[in-house]
Amino acid sequence: MSKTTEQVRKSLGKRYRAEKRFKAYGVSAIGFGLLALVLLFTDIIGKGHSAFFETYVKMEVIFDQDTLDISDFRDEEQLNFANYDGVIRNALREEFPSASGRQERRELYSLISTGAGYELRDMLKEDPSLMGQSVTLWLLADDDVDVYVKSAQDDRLESRLSDNQKSWIESLEAQDRVELQWNQSLFTHGDSREPELAGIWGAVTGSFFTMLVTLLLSFPIGVAAAIYLEEFAPKNKFTDFIEVNINNLAAVPSIIFGLLGLAVIIGLFGLPRSVPVVGGIVLTLMTLPTIIISSRAAIKAVPPSIREAAMGLGASKMQVVLHHVLPLALPGMLTGAIIGMAQALGETAPLLMIGMVAFIVDVPGGPLDPSTVLPVQIYLWADSPEQSFVALTSAAIMVLLSFLIAMNTLAVFLRKRLERRW
Amino acid sequence: MQTGNLLLLLVVMIAGAYYMGHRRSFALARPLGGIRHLHSLPFYYAMRTAIWCAIPALVVLGAWLAFDDTLIRNMVMGSLPAASQPVDGSAANLMLNQISNVASGALSPASVSPEVAAAAEKLNSLRQLNTMAVTVVVIVVAMLGTAWGWVKISPQMRARQQVEKVLQTLFMLSATIAILTTVGILMSVLFESIRFFGKVPATDFLFGLHWSPQTALRADQVASEGSFGAIPLFVGTLLISAIALLVAVPVGLMSAIYLAEYAPAKVRAFAKPALEVLAGVPTVVYGFFAALTVAPVIRQLGESIGLDVASESALAAGLVMGVMIIPFVSSLADDVITAVPQALRDASLGLGATSSETIKKVIFPAALPGIMGGILLAASRAIGETMIVVMAAGLAANMTVNPLEAVTTVTVQIVTLLTGDQEFDSAKTLAAFALGLMLFITTLLLNVIALHIVKKYREQYD
Repeated sequence: MSKTTEQVRKSLGKRYRAEKRFKAYGVSAIGFGLLALVLLFTDIIGKGHSAFFETYVKMEVIFDQDTLDISDFRDEEQLNFANYDGVIRNALREEFPSASGRQERRELYSLISTGAGYELRDMLKEDPSLMGQSVTLWLLADDDVDVYVKSAQDDRLESRLSDNQKSWIESLEAQDRVELQWNQSLFTHGDSREPELAGIWGAVTGSFFTMLVTLLLSFPIGVAAAIYLEEFAPKNKFTDFIEVNINNLAAVPSIIFGLLGLAVIIGLFGLPRSVPVVGGIVLTLMTLPTIIISSRAAIKAVPPSIREAAMGLGASKMQVVLHHVLPLALPGMLTGAIIGMAQALGETAPLLMIGMVAFIVDVPGGPLDPSTVLPVQIYLWADSPEQSFVALTSAAIMVLLSFLIAMNTLAVFLRKRLERRW
Repeated sequence: MQTGNLLLLLVVMIAGAYYMGHRRSFALARPLGGIRHLHSLPFYYAMRTAIWCAIPALVVLGAWLAFDDTLIRNMVMGSLPAASQPVDGSAANLMLNQISNVASGALSPASVSPEVAAAAEKLNSLRQLNTMAVTVVVIVVAMLGTAWGWVKISPQMRARQQVEKVLQTLFMLSATIAILTTVGILMSVLFESIRFFGKVPATDFLFGLHWSPQTALRADQVASEGSFGAIPLFVGTLLISAIALLVAVPVGLMSAIYLAEYAPAKVRAFAKPALEVLAGVPTVVYGFFAALTVAPVIRQLGESIGLDVASESALAAGLVMGVMIIPFVSSLADDVITAVPQALRDASLGLGATSSETIKKVIFPAALPGIMGGILLAASRAIGETMIVVMAAGLAANMTVNPLEAVTTVTVQIVTLLTGDQEFDSAKTLAAFALGLMLFITTLLLNVIALHIVKKYREQYD
């Protein structure tokens, strides 16, 4: 055996160990990435799942005409502004007569959500014959009660509730009169200062209108631009300049587009703040590069033989493109558009700049109503001090993520199903 | 008529124009012996008529809407008697607000001066006149256009060429929107920044060491002057970005190498999309995760070994941002590594090198320019990232490189300066645009360099 072979053999063990180590680094890098992903999702789901249910308390409520202060049933005004809270307070006092003094009474009243009165109002409007009747109802509990009921036995010590309140709840629990029910307000209400009443419906509709505007603007413009650049543009400085611009815009931080929206669309063109139309325009400018780039790739993928065949039969350039290339490239363009939309749906920063952070209770009725969007709602709730908002924020995130997952799955499905290989 | 209704009406008219053009082309063709005697297909004659209906009307409508507000405002202000003319710009704004509030009924006419009430009435009547005028003018223009297009139809007309020309111009205009956007961005940040530098010297902004944008509201207030030294923000941004890159670059690079060179097809098919999910998670979710989960954990860990960690530490924000950028680095690196020609690999392996030696000594050097480009793009991502730092980093401008302390970043300051109550002219809001300019220039430079490197590198092996 030669000296070199000897040396190589000696070093072989070391080299193999280095090889193993290097491979281990790779595995652990991927492990780290996947671990982060799993942690993120379990953390969000762990925090958010409880928000899909809310605590209700069973109470015997008497629709007492004197307390309600209603003299005439046909009067909308009276029905709307009657003292429903008073009825609930009576029921609470009836239940726990031991509560005395202002302080204790206030603690007692705060067990039930301020939104419970509206439910009574709706019931009474529906069925005026309830007046004077005693009805057993599940009333929505306050968010602090909700947190207390949901928390484990050991965590209950840290609750914000007073000892009185705790004992009341426990006595109700002992009688099986506390129950977790499906949180309907989460999916039907707009924002609210009260966590138990706050919902994402306002933000979801705001997101819907914003996305609608974005889609209606960005898809036609993006496809048109892609067609021009791929099929018609002459090879010159101007075309190059457009391409450089598109590539750079794809990497400009999203917040810069917000500044553009604030200075130009709101400042110069005078469109109102906080409306989905402005949000949609800003997001259009932001997603256009993505859509143009993917649409161009889709057009490029259509083989030249198609074009040549059509031209050979006498079609004009525009007819070739519109009748043959575009239909064949459309699935790929759609996939790109969906991915661009998913990106726009999760975007927050530029919308903060154009004032879509306002606290808006009403569900917007159109793209010109002030509104907020789902990611901004998440941002707003994440900033709120109440403990219940943590769960609510996570629940909103779960909804947002499921939208995004649905969109991306659709994109993958479309690609698999419709895209042709040549 | 409302603009929305007017547009709907216009759509109906366009459809009508299309129908009429279609009918006429057939009518013209019949005596000649069928549509094959026309120059173009009936569709093109119809489209041409529709275009003649739509484009002039839309141009008129657009121009009208762009200028009517300013015009009405000037007419209302001009109608005020000389004695009650506002003295300066801000007074004029105030007055205009008052007038429009009275006009919309939010303010009762009795609570304001009679001049303002009269102006509000004038505003209302002008607005009514305006909507009526715009409706009439747009409809007339649309009808004239249709008539012109309709009359001009003849069997010899090259309708197809004309329609195609219009379409192609529309396509080109769509493509130029990218340029317009860039110009718009540049203009908006540049103009506001110039105004800002008129109030605060550029050198104070670029080299000042103290950032506290709270300006005094009244002249006699004791509070601060407001100082706009942006160095602490730059330091904070760089600190958090550096932490993010320290996480993302090794992890992203090693995952890319493993996936490209070692992983069996099955692992690759699962791990690559799974990592890419990280890129699809909205940044606001990362922000929430950083602020409510990672930051408290880091704080507790620090406390357990006797370190004082701020609850909004740069470490938490940087760490989570790093996780966000991992797929970005890994997919770029993956592209670059797989682009290295197989011949280089085979040569190295054939000489007896192990896989890791091949990667370290041959593939990595060959792929280095592309990887550098990818890292620069990742850095520009990190610098421009907003929501994670807004939610998880601090607000106070600390000048420190200690990752356990709270720092603030350029993007955080832009958001805090521009959300909430604001007057458009104060140095405070203008400062946000100056910061935006810095951000835009930095990321633009990084992108241009990175794209250039990546392009050069691609050419090398193509």
